[in-house]
Amino acid sequence: MTINGESVSAEVDSRLLLVHFIRENLDLTGTHIGCDTSSCGACTILIDGKSVKSCTYLTVRADGANITTIEGIAADGTNHPLQQAFHDQHGLHCGFCTPGMIMRSIDMLKTNPNPTEEEIRWGISGNLCRCTGYNNIVKSVQQAAKEMANPKEETV
Amino acid sequence: MIPAKFDYHKATSVKEAIALSQELGEEAKYMSGGHSLLPMMKLRFATPEHIIDISKIGGLSYIKEEGNLLKIGAMTTQTDLEHSDLLISSYPIFGDAVWLTADPSVRNFGTIGGNIAHGDAANDQPAVMLALRATIVAEGADGEKSIPIDEFFHGFYMTALEPGDILTEIQIPKAKKNSGGAYYKMERKVGDYATAGVAVHIELDDAGVCQEIGIGLTNVSAVPMRLDRGEEVLRGQKVTDELIEQVGQIASEDCEPESDLRGSEAYKRSIVNTITKRMINKALERARN
Amino acid sequence: MFSCKTSPEVGGMGHSVKRKEDARFLHGKGNYTDDVKLPGMLSMVMVRSPYAYAKIKSINKEKALAIDGVLAVITGEDLAQYNLHWMPTLLSDSQMVLPTDTIMHQSQEVCAVVATDRYIAVDGAEAVEVEYEPMQAIVDPFKSLDEDAPLLRPDKEGQKDNHIYHWERGDREKTDAAIANADVVVKERIHLPRIHVASIETCGVVASYDKDTQKMLIYLTSQAPHAIRTILALVAGHVGLSEEKIRIIAPDIGGGFGGKVPVYPGYVIAIAASFLIGKPVKWIEDRSENLVNGFARDYHMDCELAATKDGKIQAFKVSTLADHGYTDSSANPSKYPTGMFSICTGSYDYDNAFAELDAVYTNKAPGGVAYRCSFRVTEAVHAIERMVDKLAAEIGKDPALLRLENFIKKDQFPYASPLGWSYDSGDYEATLRKAMDMLGYDDYKKEQAKKRAEGKLMGIGLCTFTEVVGAGPSKDFDILGIAMFDSAEIRVHPTGKALARFGTKSQGQGHETTYAQILAEELGIPYTDIEIDEGDTDTAPYGLGTYASRSTPTAGAAAAIAARKLRDKGKKIAAHLLEVSEEDIEWEVGKYFVKGAPEKSKTIQDVAFAAYTNFPPGMEPGFEATHYYDPPNLTFPNGAYICVVEVDEETGAIDVKRFVAIDDCGNIINPMIVEGQVHGGLTQGIAPAMYEGIEYDDEGNVLNGTLMDYLVPTAVESPHWETGHTITPSPHHPLGAKGVAESPTVGAPPAIANAIIDALYPLGIKHLDIPITPAKVWEAIQEAKAKA
Repeated sequence: MTINGESVSAEVDSRLLLVHFIRENLDLTGTHIGCDTSSCGACTILIDGKSVKSCTYLTVRADGANITTIEGIAADGTNHPLQQAFHDQHGLHCGFCTPGMIMRSIDMLKTNPNPTEEEIRWGISGNLCRCTGYNNIVKSVQQAAKEMANPKEETV
Repeated sequence: MIPAKFDYHKATSVKEAIALSQELGEEAKYMSGGHSLLPMMKLRFATPEHIIDISKIGGLSYIKEEGNLLKIGAMTTQTDLEHSDLLISSYPIFGDAVWLTADPSVRNFGTIGGNIAHGDAANDQPAVMLALRATIVAEGADGEKSIPIDEFFHGFYMTALEPGDILTEIQIPKAKKNSGGAYYKMERKVGDYATAGVAVHIELDDAGVCQEIGIGLTNVSAVPMRLDRGEEVLRGQKVTDELIEQVGQIASEDCEPESDLRGSEAYKRSIVNTITKRMINKALERARN
Repeated sequence: MFSCKTSPEVGGMGHSVKRKEDARFLHGKGNYTDDVKLPGMLSMVMVRSPYAYAKIKSINKEKALAIDGVLAVITGEDLAQYNLHWMPTLLSDSQMVLPTDTIMHQSQEVCAVVATDRYIAVDGAEAVEVEYEPMQAIVDPFKSLDEDAPLLRPDKEGQKDNHIYHWERGDREKTDAAIANADVVVKERIHLPRIHVASIETCGVVASYDKDTQKMLIYLTSQAPHAIRTILALVAGHVGLSEEKIRIIAPDIGGGFGGKVPVYPGYVIAIAASFLIGKPVKWIEDRSENLVNGFARDYHMDCELAATKDGKIQAFKVSTLADHGYTDSSANPSKYPTGMFSICTGSYDYDNAFAELDAVYTNKAPGGVAYRCSFRVTEAVHAIERMVDKLAAEIGKDPALLRLENFIKKDQFPYASPLGWSYDSGDYEATLRKAMDMLGYDDYKKEQAKKRAEGKLMGIGLCTFTEVVGAGPSKDFDILGIAMFDSAEIRVHPTGKALARFGTKSQGQGHETTYAQILAEELGIPYTDIEIDEGDTDTAPYGLGTYASRSTPTAGAAAAIAARKLRDKGKKIAAHLLEVSEEDIEWEVGKYFVKGAPEKSKTIQDVAFAAYTNFPPGMEPGFEATHYYDPPNLTFPNGAYICVVEVDEETGAIDVKRFVAIDDCGNIINPMIVEGQVHGGLTQGIAPAMYEGIEYDDEGNVLNGTLMDYLVPTAVESPHWETGHTITPSPHHPLGAKGVAESPTVGAPPAIANAIIDALYPLGIKHLDIPITPAKVWEAIQEAKAKA
């Protein structure tokens, strides 16, 4: 498989959950575990660009897949527009749900680049946050949507 | 929560999957999207010795109209259903149901075939299939078979699929002029299984007389349930508020809910009545437009 | 109003500066306990009881130990050899670490399996064979005191029944007399159900014992690492774990909310396992283990509120039955077994009040954690605010008007409450009027009248609460004898940058930003030049931790005072540098200058450099200060919340149309963070109001022990919150600040309950316990219709 642009190959136990492979074998600990029942979304990553709860995915099935985790969405020292927006709008408190929330939002904005507040709320409904009350997460996604629709020109 | 050990096998064609299944016997299970089976394995409610991964089988993800039929490949994901222009314009009942199923990340990988083949009356697609009078196409060691939806669900997690059968396609009569469908479920919170859900599909003639109607109920019986008696009331009739009222009443009488955390039996009977009426009205509105 | 003294670049109080801690979380580089990986680390998994009350007949480890990679199966008998099978609770009750003979609640730890990795440990736990002899559990706390109820705690000397303690405060006789003579008395039994904090990160530990140095390094999901270190030393001192050898590091925490204050058996077992095996041992709860252990609330409150016929409140009485599960492990200060429940007289001025409480044992999990609430304030506020609305409905008075007429007036502060608190400050009328204006209260009242005439169900609910946070003054408040002060230690480096350490521990509150802002305010050093460090007991000064909205009231105050000590020292240095006497030096944020000659000045950075390079003869070098702050009183934030709902009579579905929250937490350090805390607390308020509650069957089985059935609200259930504030500074806090984070969790449930009940009032429904679900609403409507 490819993970965050790097090719990875490993022999794994057939029952190894993808979230454990990512966290334990690859030491990419930004993907979290919150519930075991695919209820909370803390383990959300992208497989071939689509958000998935990696606690409900077998590693062996990701053979050949292109995987993106929170560590792979922006070059070192830079922010993806969603990372910047969560910072600007105070869209995180404890930070535990944040990677999953951002990965889910990346997929959402790809299929719906200009979502309403209602659509954002439904779009992140598989990701629980216990800290923020969601108001500022909605604002963060709105800011990022705007930014991604009209990216600022790179200053040289 | 971690599944028990099992052996993993990947099938790249339906034939290969069936051959594997025959070879491995009853302790083998197919896994498509994996979003019904894997959670049960993590809870160790299911401990199959072999998993046959059928998600890599090509050619089973499509939504198309052919002849008199709408054909949906079994591996079509819920997200594909949600974004299909054809379904959005001609079969809005799918949009209603998919929007209320689990959450977007689960829908990215959960397939329509898996949702039906699981045989769970709490899933949303079975009621929709009942309303739309779908035919389930499956392939097994003895070749391809077509199973009318009314013969498909046998019991709690039990279907007409024989061991080794793979659900390959769902066939639905093509949408007629003056037809419409709608689905709604009450849920305790978004993404929850239904407290009670109702799917309605109705076909009118030019005079507004109901030519055909399908009503399927979610999670108010052990097996996904068709509201036969309710359908009979409307079939061949001009649909009036009085008749709708009657059907709602029948729905509350004929469903077989049990009291649980989602509510008492009486509550569920009552909201089945309400949702049935509301969905008939919504389907009618869509049929008339 | 508050106006900022510093520039946005310095970022002192009142600036909504962006958080300094965000970057690591946004890039997936947070370091939570489960992210800790040590060489040779083992994994531990629990075997838990399927029964609520049972004798353990046997535990067979053989099959588990036969699995390749399983190193140990630890039982109560094993721990008993070291006398580690029981531990004390914070309220001096006792709790099993692992049982030797009896199971007291479903999902209790039976034994622990240690293996080379998580997967093998889970297989090992599956392979352990336990034989139980189930007994009939006591689930209903009202049956716990029946004469034929089995004695649940025969292990406790002198324990004759299942009663734990009786507590009371106030004047029973006077209150009873006032109630007997009142024009109007409203009564209700109100239950606040068992709920769980359900932080998205569960609890966990990595314990690593080094046999050579005898040091026990513990990474722990702890809101109070110092207190836990002391407790561990007290519990395990006899086996050689001495306090100086224990180092607890609370790394990043994925939400605490009170659930990460207690010591859970799993922590102790992992520590014991590491001690015995000599390798690091990790134990991380799975979600079900988390949800069925460590509850909050569970008070059954019989309330009576008495008033004159025109609605002047005269007396309040509340008698409570508290279900503590099989042990009293409430996380309360020692002298306050019911926490601050006596704040239950609320924001209103009257003389007569009496509160009493009886606590009982049942076969349920222990807990009593102070879930985003200063020890039982949520229960207290729910009781009074529900009763005030009930009174308003009874006499047909607008509930806003009734509140306005009964409020403690702003010139009555400090106000001595009938149950013994000294409220520090507030302007309750201003706060409520602001909320009413923001909502458009009068318009909604008109709309409601119109809707009611059309037969539609619309409700408006209020809550005007008084909170009590910031425990607390050492004369009253301690945890196991340790006074509830908190601490700050500041080191300003020669280049004028600083490192500050605290006895508290952030779990998402943003301490790395707000503490830096306090120091920026006091010293003029830009907040970006100040590093904040917490959670490591080897480096941070001793403190009691972060819970009960106490960080700003205690450690925040400590920071301000430590900074002022530095300023005093700096003044001497500045005088030396400017060659004038100390009396001629004046301070404005960031610099010292000569009185009457402001061009002659030295910045705080100049002074810091001089403290290491050019200090006055005889002065102790360096620029560091420490303060342990013992607050003179608690702080009393208040708020006015209004909720508007519509209810679908046919399905019971509840639609929250608006929710306005005005908070008064005194002076605000960072408005962005305060608003964020309020949003989050409000969602944790709608949760128990409409969705959450731990359900048991008659056998004591938890029916909703996963997040599929324990209904934590998503962004869809959570309304778009509308917030604002008034500012009444605390007169005794050095910054005029009060705590805030728990106010919304305390204030939202009664506002929502009041709104729903108001909507249903035309049908004759006068009370519903939370969580108020569509199913519950529907049942109530049927019952009301049957009566009518």
